[in-house]
Amino acid sequence: MTSLSATSRASFGERNFKYLLIGPAIFVLLLIGIFPLVYLLLVSFQGITMTETSTDFIGFANYTQLFEDTRLWEALLHTVIFTVTALPLELLLGLAMAQLFLERLPGRQIFIALLVLPVVVSPIVSGATWSLMFNHRFGPINQIIGWIWGEEVTLLWTISPHLVYPAILAAEVWQWTPFMFLLLLAALANVDKSQLEAAAIDGAGWWRTFFRIVLPAIWPVMAIAILIRGLDLFRLFDIVWALTKGGPGTMTETISIFTYIKGFQQFETSYTAAVAFLVIILLSVVVMLALKRVELSR
Amino acid sequence: MMTVKQRYALRTGVRLAAAVAVTALFLFPIYWLFMISFKTPEEIYSFPPKWYPGRIHFDNYAVLFKDGDAITVWNSFVVAGVSTVIAMFLGTIGAYSLARFRTGGEYLANWIISQRMIPPIAVVFPIFLLYVWLRLVDTYIGVILLYTAFNLPYVIWMMRGYILDIPRALEESALVDGCTRWQVIWKVVFPMCRAGLFATAIFTFVFAWNDFIFALVLTRTEVATYTVQVTHYFGGQSNFWAKISAMSVLGTVPIFIAVAFMQRYLVRGISLGAVKG
Repeated sequence: MTSLSATSRASFGERNFKYLLIGPAIFVLLLIGIFPLVYLLLVSFQGITMTETSTDFIGFANYTQLFEDTRLWEALLHTVIFTVTALPLELLLGLAMAQLFLERLPGRQIFIALLVLPVVVSPIVSGATWSLMFNHRFGPINQIIGWIWGEEVTLLWTISPHLVYPAILAAEVWQWTPFMFLLLLAALANVDKSQLEAAAIDGAGWWRTFFRIVLPAIWPVMAIAILIRGLDLFRLFDIVWALTKGGPGTMTETISIFTYIKGFQQFETSYTAAVAFLVIILLSVVVMLALKRVELSR
Repeated sequence: MMTVKQRYALRTGVRLAAAVAVTALFLFPIYWLFMISFKTPEEIYSFPPKWYPGRIHFDNYAVLFKDGDAITVWNSFVVAGVSTVIAMFLGTIGAYSLARFRTGGEYLANWIISQRMIPPIAVVFPIFLLYVWLRLVDTYIGVILLYTAFNLPYVIWMMRGYILDIPRALEESALVDGCTRWQVIWKVVFPMCRAGLFATAIFTFVFAWNDFIFALVLTRTEVATYTVQVTHYFGGQSNFWAKISAMSVLGTVPIFIAVAFMQRYLVRGISLGAVKG
């Protein structure tokens, strides 16, 4: 009897061991993953603002407001603009740099180690650094442009409406091009050499070789790099916050900055909940679709 | 007519020049940040800008320590450090479950990594409302809890990859030798993926250390991290430049040192394990 119960207890433990291991992690993830979703949904049907503390349910008012809020859709548009401009730039520059460092070169490892540094700097620090660099009077950017131009220039990089986008893009591209570079360098190094040699023997030109052999070979890694960076860009906050805080006016407001301002500066609690809920749903759909297409796991 | 050897030398020379130019371009902002932190106020606000300080001086750092602002670097260290240890433990045993027992299949693994990709602002808003209610705003526990949760998907995902790299036979022979399941994890799995554990822990630490948005929302004065402190010097008076740069350097140097130790795992770490590098 005792031995029997001991055996069944052992097999019970054995069967549940895997759940025991993953359990705590799932618990914490549900706490942060599911709770906010449920709570957001609840609050988004209430009418809480800075002055209104009543928790009565007001129906879909916040959601209908979403559709009429041009500032929200503009913020979404800005986010898309940043994504579709920064991503190709980072990709192409990263690819060019990877080509440069692919073959043997004296000091190659040192160059690569140094080029990595921007990636690990905190984005808020790189934003701060670039705002020092872009200062119209005491920063080096206008000074250098002045040298090239031949006379002093006073470009207001973080204030002037037609300069803020280039300024933010410069900081963003500076920080993340090395990310693309590192991944693509690893991918290029794994391209089958014998195929390249065969192409060379057949007399295929550089472009032809690139599009026929190299690109298909590095595409899986490229797709992952685009996915990771694309999702990062969609939640762009720090660099813009440091450089313009979304200004001038709301010109560079991204969806993250818009949400922050609504929730923590204007205290439109329930409306912000609706916005945040929309963002989570939108992103979850995109992520799930993307994960199906991209081989992120083995 | 150039010989093949000469042409190769010329090509290498051109590539080397390009490499130096590109590297200089990417390092220049970092140089500028560090250099400003060693300048005197007169040098910072000189026109045209000076490209190097007259002499290296540390007054800008001394001010941060004297005023107590440097405590925010310690706060960053505490919240990033503690959350890394917790996330590494919970994440690694969870990853073991996913890797060896295929718990929940691909679906669970994908759900876990997708948690990582949700915009932080959308998550932190309801968490903030909850923390107000639980009185967890501006406490170590509150920030550590969120960083742990935020980094768990990363740890699970990365460690799953590293554990899958370990041959299964080792664990089976340990089980046959009479080890319990827990002993197998402690004595076989952890030592076998030591390098992976180390690399993942560093990345986890760096993510928490570099975070701004969570700390901006969830801290006030008591546990403000260095990234939040940097932004406290924004705007307003322009004589805060010295503090912006010095505080940024204090927060950046530890990261550079950490990364120097794990060059080999960098590609795998930043590509979410997709590229083994």
